[in-house]
Amino acid sequence: MSESDVTRDGVRGERPGRDALVGRGMGDGERPGGKRRGRKGGTGRRGDQPMVPRAEFTSYYGRPVLNPPTWQPRDIAGYFFLGGLAGAGSVLAAGAELTGRPGMARALKVSSLAALTGSTAALIHDLGRPRRFAHMLRVFKPTSPMSVGSWLLAAYGPVAGAALASDLTGRLPRAGRAATVAAALLGAAVASYTAVLAADTAVPAWHDGYRELPYLFVGSAATAAGGMALLASPVAENAPARGVALLGTAVETAAVKAMERRLGVVAETYREGRAGRLMRTAEALSATGALGGALLGRRSRTAAALSGAALLAASACTRFGVFHAGMRSAKDPKYTVLPQRERLEARRERPREG
Amino acid sequence: MTGTSGRSSLIGRNLLAGAEPDVAGDAGHQGHPPRAGFFTDTSVCIGCKACEVACKEWNAIPEDGLDFTGMSFDNTQGLGASTWRHVAFIEQNKPLGRTEVAVDHGDVDVLALASQGSGTPVEQAAITPTSPAPAPSQDGQTGLRWLMASDVCKHCTHAACLDVCPTGALFRTEFGTVVVQDDICNGCGYCVPACPYGVVDVRPEDGGAHKCTLCYDRLGAGQEPACAKACPTDSIQFGPLDELRERAAARVEELHRLGVEDARLYGHDPEDGVGGDGAFFLLLDEPEVYGLPPDPVVTTRDLPSMWRHAGAAALTLLGGVAAVFAAQAGVSGRRTGRRR
Ligand code: SF4
Ligand code: SF4
Repeated sequence: MSESDVTRDGVRGERPGRDALVGRGMGDGERPGGKRRGRKGGTGRRGDQPMVPRAEFTSYYGRPVLNPPTWQPRDIAGYFFLGGLAGAGSVLAAGAELTGRPGMARALKVSSLAALTGSTAALIHDLGRPRRFAHMLRVFKPTSPMSVGSWLLAAYGPVAGAALASDLTGRLPRAGRAATVAAALLGAAVASYTAVLAADTAVPAWHDGYRELPYLFVGSAATAAGGMALLASPVAENAPARGVALLGTAVETAAVKAMERRLGVVAETYREGRAGRLMRTAEALSATGALGGALLGRRSRTAAALSGAALLAASACTRFGVFHAGMRSAKDPKYTVLPQRERLEARRERPREG
Repeated sequence: MTGTSGRSSLIGRNLLAGAEPDVAGDAGHQGHPPRAGFFTDTSVCIGCKACEVACKEWNAIPEDGLDFTGMSFDNTQGLGASTWRHVAFIEQNKPLGRTEVAVDHGDVDVLALASQGSGTPVEQAAITPTSPAPAPSQDGQTGLRWLMASDVCKHCTHAACLDVCPTGALFRTEFGTVVVQDDICNGCGYCVPACPYGVVDVRPEDGGAHKCTLCYDRLGAGQEPACAKACPTDSIQFGPLDELRERAAARVEELHRLGVEDARLYGHDPEDGVGGDGAFFLLLDEPEVYGLPPDPVVTTRDLPSMWRHAGAAALTLLGGVAAVFAAQAGVSGRRTGRRR
């Protein structure tokens, strides 16, 4: 029971003056039975086990070190998916409009605005206090990807809306075109920032992959937008959609592979369990969709639509896969403790060598 | 201690990572009191949970589950929205320092002891934590030890929860501590996975994020936090951080001298991944044994790099799509050309 006074000018007063001794019969001098080496948790036995096998780790009764996100999969993985679909869709829409593919441009403008609305709704629905969603725009904080993202959406929404309104009504064509281009630029940011949103946490499967995650996310976004374009635009105009679908699938696949290589033991969370199933399904669907679109999408409306649907489903599976991998890595103390232990060991060894 | 002179860049001022000597000043508090903190010396913790109770009482925290975990005497399990102090309990097959265990106390008359009351002078007490005992035997080397540790929000120098909060609900006080303003928080939950220690959480009943405030209200009124006040063994010590660090260094040295080789400080180092904790610990085993991360790093340390990668990815998307359209134009151009 320490006694101290904290005042506006600082802390005054007594600090505890006594330190308890530990245990009974302890005193100075040598310990009977000789000195023992430091022990790592889990082995228990004395002396005869000097080293703990590398993969072993200790935890507090297997309880997580981190508090796992309170986010709902449908809301947040859905937000990632819809945000990507909207953002990359706007990029494709601008390309379509500037190269004289009005059908495709309009279809994507509609889908982007719808996806944007859906993603905003998901974000608000996930808030613990949804009525306070406007607090998101109380401050602008570059250190908070959620703050940056809120402002990004606040800028992107009206622009995407204006682009569509001008397209549908035929009014103010010049302003409409400017809005289309602006929506494309902001849309690219919307599609990639969500990766930082996930990576800027202590969740091992997200944070440790922060270099690859943005490519994974824009790749997945391009897959979704390419899919939507295949699904919704006239066959005569869908050639670029097929290209974008192929591109997105390639970027996404390469990013996943690179990330898994970097993640070490944490990569398990992307390969096993529900996340593993989702990631594998996504890979199969996107390959089917991209190849199907490329080979048959030119000839058959049905084939194009089916390929598009497969690509959209692939992107959704990827987002849910990433989400569940993160949840698993946060809930199992192994994925927090092991990489940090390795980091510590590496740091300890370095000065000895150098 | 206003901390503005001669510092310009974000990195130079260590605002995202690294040692930051004047957190409150950097947060804009002028003429602020010295940084306040906790030093939790787990070597004297008796696991009584007075801190948990005092915290619940003072801060009017609701009940959050009356469960039996079956894993140990710890039924609280971990920190969360409605648990701001958590006493961990670990049973290990290992003696503590040169402690003599398995001592037969059969000849002690506990009722007689009790009748002496709690005011027994130390010289007359039959047993105290420090009473001398016969020389420890070889056998004394096998036995149990109980580790008890009262965990709490670390009030990090670089607090990830504060960095990522989009509403500004989390803020740095003039005491250098980190507090959630409940009337601002919209329950986005971003702070929850950002914290490398698993401290802050969203309370399902009210949808808002909650965590230890280091009794901001008591500090403002010149009182020490409720947990430190209630701790009967001074395991929880409150004071200016600089002074606590000195005390902790001395304590660890003393324990080493007494043969408790496992004693180590955790979170005291301003050079660590979070720039040092405002609430740090003396532990008797590896941090992960207590459910603490062995090498926590504030996630925003890597944020500049994250934004760069995201920017490059956005450009890749724009460039890639542009290239696809350009290639198509080339193809259709050639086709049209051939047809002509
Ligand atoms: S321990 Fe967690 S909740 Fe506490 S200040 Fe640090 S990051 Fe925030
Ligand atoms: S839940 Fe509240 S305190 Fe936590 S980041 Fe969101 S707004 Fe800030």
